Amino acid sequence: MTEIIDILSSAGLWAAVLRIATPLIFGTLGALLCERAGVLNLGIEGIMTFGAMIGWLAVFNGADLWTGILVAAISGGVFGLLHALFTVTLGLSQHVSGLGVTLFASSFSYYIFRLLVPVAGTPPTVEAFQPIDIPGLSDIPFIGPAFFTQTSPTYLAIVLAFVLAYIVFKTPLGLAIRMTGENPHAAEAQGINPIVIRYGCVIVGSGLMAIGGAFLTLSAFNSFFPTMVQGRGWICIALVVFASWRPSHALLGALLFAFFDGFQFRLQTVLSGVVPYQVFLMIPYILSITALAVMARRARVPQALMQPFRRGER
Amino acid sequence: MMENALEISGVSKSFGDNLANDNISLSLAKGEIVALLGENGAGKTTLMNILFGHYVPDQGKVSVMGKELPQGKPREAIRAGVGMVHQHFSLAANLTVLENVITGTQNIWSVATDTKNARQKLLEISKRFGLVVDPDARLGDLSVGEQQRVEILKALYNDAQILVLDEPTAVLTNIEAEQMFSTLKDMAKQGLSLIFISHKLDEVMATADRIFVLRGGKSVAERLVGDTNKSELAELMVGREVKRPVREASQPGEVILNAEKVSVQQGGVDRLKAVDFHVREGEVLGIIGVSGNGQATLAQLLSGTVKRADGTITLFGEEVGDLSVPEVVDRGIGRIPEDRNHEGVIGEMAIWENAVLERIPEFSKNGLVDRSAGVKFADDVISAFDVRGATPTKRIRLLSGGNMQKLILGRNLLKQPRLLLAAQPARGLDEGAVAAVHERILNARKNGTGVILISEDLDEVLALADRIQAIVGGRLSPSVDAEDANARKMGLMMSGEWADQEVRDEV
Amino acid sequence: MRFERRENQPLLLIFATPLIAVVAALALSGVLIALAGAPVFEAYWNIVKGAFGSRLSTTETLTRAIPLMLTGLAAAIAFRAKLWNIGAEGQLYIGAITVSAVSSQLLAGTPSFIQIPVLLICGAIAGMILLLIPLWLRLRFSVDEVVTTLLLNFVAILFVSMLIDTVLKDPLAFGWPQSLPVEDDAMLPRILTRSRLHIGLFIAIALAIIIYLIQTRTVFGLQSRAAGLNPEAAVFAGVPLGRTLVLVAMISGGFAGLAGAVEVMGVQGYVTTELSPGFGYSGIVVAMLANLNPIGVILAALFIATMFVGADGMSRVMEIPTYIADVTVALSLLSMLVAIFFTQYRIRR
Repeated sequence: MTEIIDILSSAGLWAAVLRIATPLIFGTLGALLCERAGVLNLGIEGIMTFGAMIGWLAVFNGADLWTGILVAAISGGVFGLLHALFTVTLGLSQHVSGLGVTLFASSFSYYIFRLLVPVAGTPPTVEAFQPIDIPGLSDIPFIGPAFFTQTSPTYLAIVLAFVLAYIVFKTPLGLAIRMTGENPHAAEAQGINPIVIRYGCVIVGSGLMAIGGAFLTLSAFNSFFPTMVQGRGWICIALVVFASWRPSHALLGALLFAFFDGFQFRLQTVLSGVVPYQVFLMIPYILSITALAVMARRARVPQALMQPFRRGER
Repeated sequence: MMENALEISGVSKSFGDNLANDNISLSLAKGEIVALLGENGAGKTTLMNILFGHYVPDQGKVSVMGKELPQGKPREAIRAGVGMVHQHFSLAANLTVLENVITGTQNIWSVATDTKNARQKLLEISKRFGLVVDPDARLGDLSVGEQQRVEILKALYNDAQILVLDEPTAVLTNIEAEQMFSTLKDMAKQGLSLIFISHKLDEVMATADRIFVLRGGKSVAERLVGDTNKSELAELMVGREVKRPVREASQPGEVILNAEKVSVQQGGVDRLKAVDFHVREGEVLGIIGVSGNGQATLAQLLSGTVKRADGTITLFGEEVGDLSVPEVVDRGIGRIPEDRNHEGVIGEMAIWENAVLERIPEFSKNGLVDRSAGVKFADDVISAFDVRGATPTKRIRLLSGGNMQKLILGRNLLKQPRLLLAAQPARGLDEGAVAAVHERILNARKNGTGVILISEDLDEVLALADRIQAIVGGRLSPSVDAEDANARKMGLMMSGEWADQEVRDEV
Repeated sequence: MRFERRENQPLLLIFATPLIAVVAALALSGVLIALAGAPVFEAYWNIVKGAFGSRLSTTETLTRAIPLMLTGLAAAIAFRAKLWNIGAEGQLYIGAITVSAVSSQLLAGTPSFIQIPVLLICGAIAGMILLLIPLWLRLRFSVDEVVTTLLLNFVAILFVSMLIDTVLKDPLAFGWPQSLPVEDDAMLPRILTRSRLHIGLFIAIALAIIIYLIQTRTVFGLQSRAAGLNPEAAVFAGVPLGRTLVLVAMISGGFAGLAGAVEVMGVQGYVTTELSPGFGYSGIVVAMLANLNPIGVILAALFIATMFVGADGMSRVMEIPTYIADVTVALSLLSMLVAIFFTQYRIRR
């Protein structure tokens, strides 16, 4: 019991929570934006992988870190464009198209990585983002080291959640997006082009997913290796449901999730030898499934999610 | 002469080989109400979609207030003052009334939605035209009538000078419809121009100043309302005289189905509340009501897809529990579902598969499908019920709505059911197909089948039913004999006004 | 420009679509090979040689196709009923570890003719159970099974990893995490000597034919197709939706579990976390390339196996990463989607 209290009262845990949450926040916000406009984007796992690879590769080849993030975002947007082409223009199954994008984006990442980065005993590294102490706040005992000594993408992720919440609920653009996700025909009747809205949301949302991936290689770690995304994309898809399609809840969900993840990681060292470490690693996935089961019926799903929009067809 | 508010000239549009609009022209003056009359498939909706910029016409142009509209740009049409009230509401159930109204009205890149002024404008408009509705209510929580008000408010909020209403009464009760038409007349007095699309002669005669009749994609006539009458319009609309079959007197037999105090709950809501009804052999019981009042549940109950919460059902003289679909079919109950495309057929499956799916125990042995028997059955249905353009192995989505419905009728009637449930059997069909469907139903009645006809079309019920019950809010009125029924009385009953004593039927 | 639904799908087009899709995928991958500075045609020739250049490589390709056929069938059956089972990878692992556990713990010493069928059935049942969880979540709580089956893949593999680290660890494996081997009597007979090709090939092909017959001839086949195409109409016609989906899930999960069992009993003999190079995910591509037709699955699995085995061979002689095979497989899924679309729609201005 005392061990658990020790874990909970260590600033390191809470700092780790924010770090673990960051890629999830980006990914969840990206997936949420797509789904608000009515498109399920299962390309997320692959897009995060590609973002992780290409962002890292850019920095490895001399670009600065923010350029790396930007490159990742743009590449994510390109995959988003592909997914939008399939699901919006052609109206194909969003499930299968998304899985196709994931398979393609991840295998393409590995291919490029193998091609351009020579095989070495230890994977090559880059100089990653360093934590930034927020002046004043970071000096507060416990709170400071726990919450205000993060790398800048983490701060960006948190700010972004609020920005997206504002856009979705307080601006005309947000209204247009929500109506497109609820009833694209209604949006069209109001002079909004649902196709443009869907393209925009899928492209921007995929860009955000890719940034989430890039965080892994440019901040959380400093190298890239295959399968490093480890199902984080799928967890984000679950988190969107858990958040009931609200950006602020997505932030909370990601933090809650990261808390359990960080906590289990520290618990492992305490309980090693008693409980196999795999049990702890399963927790995030089982948690996601549980969250889905609890929330699926309660959440207010965008009514036109997964419904292709064809002009003049109802 | 005054400038026309709207001028449509020489518009043509085809989809594939189908000429939906053929050189149509019409005009609308300020403050005028014009009705666009035509059957399903006459091209009304296509024309309005062109006017509103959803479709680009192959030929012709649309001018508003003397200025030509750019083609295929809904936003431009809105800006020019055209407002459309769709038959299927274009509303988002999870947004509020205000949000539904203002989406798309403000600069999409502005950093904040201006809800304050928007709310004020909405309230002013709703006061001016007497369209009361709470701006902050979630749209999905409103009644159908209220939703239509929102739909109209939406158009007015965009400063519409021309209002296009597509089948505005399709989902309203008679009382609601009367209210709406008086609102529309009021709007015209205030200077708005209105076009409404309809196939109902009564409301066209009562409301419009001028009438255009569309048939087969062509504009076939233009009449001032004072210069015409219902029978002329009917003939113009159909293009020939269509005789709807007439119900002959008959002597109903035994009671085959009797339901007492039956209640059904779905999703925690009481959909049917202690309803009583019965049907005899060789009799048509009409259930009239505006959709959304429980008729879907009633149909599901008799189809075997929902369970009762309470009450007893006696079928063919024997009290039965909740029957499953195969049991219902096995006992000789034919079922025509309300929604052909969603419930009645599976578009991507072959016609023969659609014909036998619900009676698969008859067409299989030891779990193996007897394909040749199924194909033969489908062949029999096709020839006996005149299903045009059908072969058993063709996918059923290639059939027209009318022929699809004939197939559904046929698979049920070929084997002489003792009871037939027909839910909205003529919905969305053109006149010819309606007549064919009605004839089949009356034929079945003559052969001793008891029929339960669920419909929202009063004319249909009055023409076919021996007795009529109204359904309102999940409750059924006592039955009225066809001889005592008229449109006025039925209209009142459909809005929930019935005296339990006056119309009590002796079983 | 708009798309218009075709009245009839030309039969020729239906057969041509997978070929068109594969050619498109190869062309696109060719661009990537060219980008790597390698001669494209030589690379493809090396892939063909790598897959069929010798007796050994040919049998390897066929061996590799076996689990792909089974996972492909698992996906094809489920997708046809609109049950999105993306969890074949996890089901495969659970099937595999079950075989290892049952063989080493319960059936030690029993003769082949008992052990082999019992183990195959156990593997299949394990896969079934793993898919019934997400199905139950869907039917009970309306949870989308795509995400749950995906997440369960990770859980399943971690579970396997845990077992081979603890109770099922092989003490003779020099500390490597690998499971106790299945009994020699449990190994599937080889079809050819001096190769790894085992009778799993016949099992998979026979199952494909059986599934084809079930889908086209039986009431269950008709009903599961109806349930997938239009659940509302299926319910109206009296199709027991829940029961049909449960049966579909049992077959689908069972086949994926069987894939794991067959891979352990036919090739590896024991389980590691490296047992499957993504057979479960590739199975989705196999199913889509086959247009969900069970017979087509056989051919599609052969194509995918050719790419994987061939790319291994090619990368030994050329400087192209083997991942090119994964890229081609993914691209063939995407191009197949587009190809299927154009069998159903045409462009109209």
